[in-house]
Amino acid sequence: MKKEYDIVVVGAGPAGSMAARFAAEQGVSVLMLEKDRDVGYPVRCGEAISRAGVAEFIDPDDKWINAVIDKFAMVAPDGTEVIIPLEDIGYILERKIFDYELAKQASKFGTEILTRAYVNGLIIENDKVCGVKYEFRGEQHEVRAKIVIGADGVESRIGRWAGLKTYIDFRDMECATQITASGIPIDQNTCYFYFGKEFAPEGYFWIFPKGDTSANIGLGVSGMTGRKRSALSFLNSFMEKNYPDASVLTQIAGGVPCVLTLEKISAPGIILVGDAARQVNPLSGGGIASGMIGGKIGGTIAGEAIKKNKLDHILTYDKAWHDRLGKRHEVFDRIKNGIYHFSDEKFNNIAHAFNKVPYDKRGLGNLFKTALFNNPSLLVDVAKVFLVK
Amino acid sequence: MIEILPDKCDFCGCCVGICPEDAIELKEAEISISESLCTNCSKCIWACPIEVLKFNRNGVGKESDEKGI
Repeated sequence: MKKEYDIVVVGAGPAGSMAARFAAEQGVSVLMLEKDRDVGYPVRCGEAISRAGVAEFIDPDDKWINAVIDKFAMVAPDGTEVIIPLEDIGYILERKIFDYELAKQASKFGTEILTRAYVNGLIIENDKVCGVKYEFRGEQHEVRAKIVIGADGVESRIGRWAGLKTYIDFRDMECATQITASGIPIDQNTCYFYFGKEFAPEGYFWIFPKGDTSANIGLGVSGMTGRKRSALSFLNSFMEKNYPDASVLTQIAGGVPCVLTLEKISAPGIILVGDAARQVNPLSGGGIASGMIGGKIGGTIAGEAIKKNKLDHILTYDKAWHDRLGKRHEVFDRIKNGIYHFSDEKFNNIAHAFNKVPYDKRGLGNLFKTALFNNPSLLVDVAKVFLVK
Repeated sequence: MIEILPDKCDFCGCCVGICPEDAIELKEAEISISESLCTNCSKCIWACPIEVLKFNRNGVGKESDEKGI
């Protein structure tokens, strides 16, 4: 370990590993610090991702793919199930192996990695971030860097210390809990989504196949709902009612920041990537692919800044992210705000209308038209989503 | 005073992301609230997915006669 690196990445999730890899690829020195003992563990994720979301970064490998998804099942509050075929496949990952592979990839390009390194402060000189302070095995250390990349997840504090406003309004946090259980007799190529007050008000409930008879079963609800009833209580009710005898293999919790990307994700000497930057898709809550994209853009720009010896170059990261995904997230966020308050009745009506569309014609565009045609009042919601800011 | 029940905690960081005061410190499997920074706004209690945080009128570490807020 050196005392100074070109770039220090804080957090070794998918966003951190991608940032490290795309920076190190350019021949600059990179250190990645992870607070936990293991890269990839504990997992805090439903583990679903599209094929394309993976393909940009790593070749698919059976050792981290638990299930291949070719359709969604949307379950309405009255139990109506609509099967929607996917235009492209998706995967349910084994994140602990997937994350590990991504970190190995980063190290292959020259990144040094240190686990059990808990970052608890920044070195700031002349209003510029110049490194981090961290605790390792009970001792306090410092490491200097020309650029720090904060990939420290939903609980990110690095941005705050650098003066970026990163805390999330509790109404925008999807507070989630999930179990991985076996003995769940579902189709292993289908992701199931449940909507409505019974399952997950202002959020959704999911069952994602994990191979054999196991599945990730969980939900996220807004902090607004959590104020009255916790995610855990919804999950327990569902399991008691539907799978009282299931064996529970893992039990996790987590927060998903379903919001727009932070207004500022770069400052002198520092950029944020992944959940730390709030780069989650605010509609689906999916953050693996978007986090890796954020990491790639951030790591590439940070590497370039070092190579050009022009550290101000990192301030172009905000726009690069916005052009690639940030502006699309603005649309997703408006849709989210439109549908999160749908009544059970509205979800039911839409499901009934969808089921009248022949299976092979259930493209997203067609379903959208059907929903509008059968529920003219939806037009008002759509107008709200797209016209009213 | 807001209290974290460490035996129930999953150390997921949801409350840390919510806290407007940066009052919560989370290591790998250790969590604590800074009494001097916490304003008792209760947002972390509402956001906790698994009911790990609670309000304790008599302060942390003491049995409370009253139940929550």
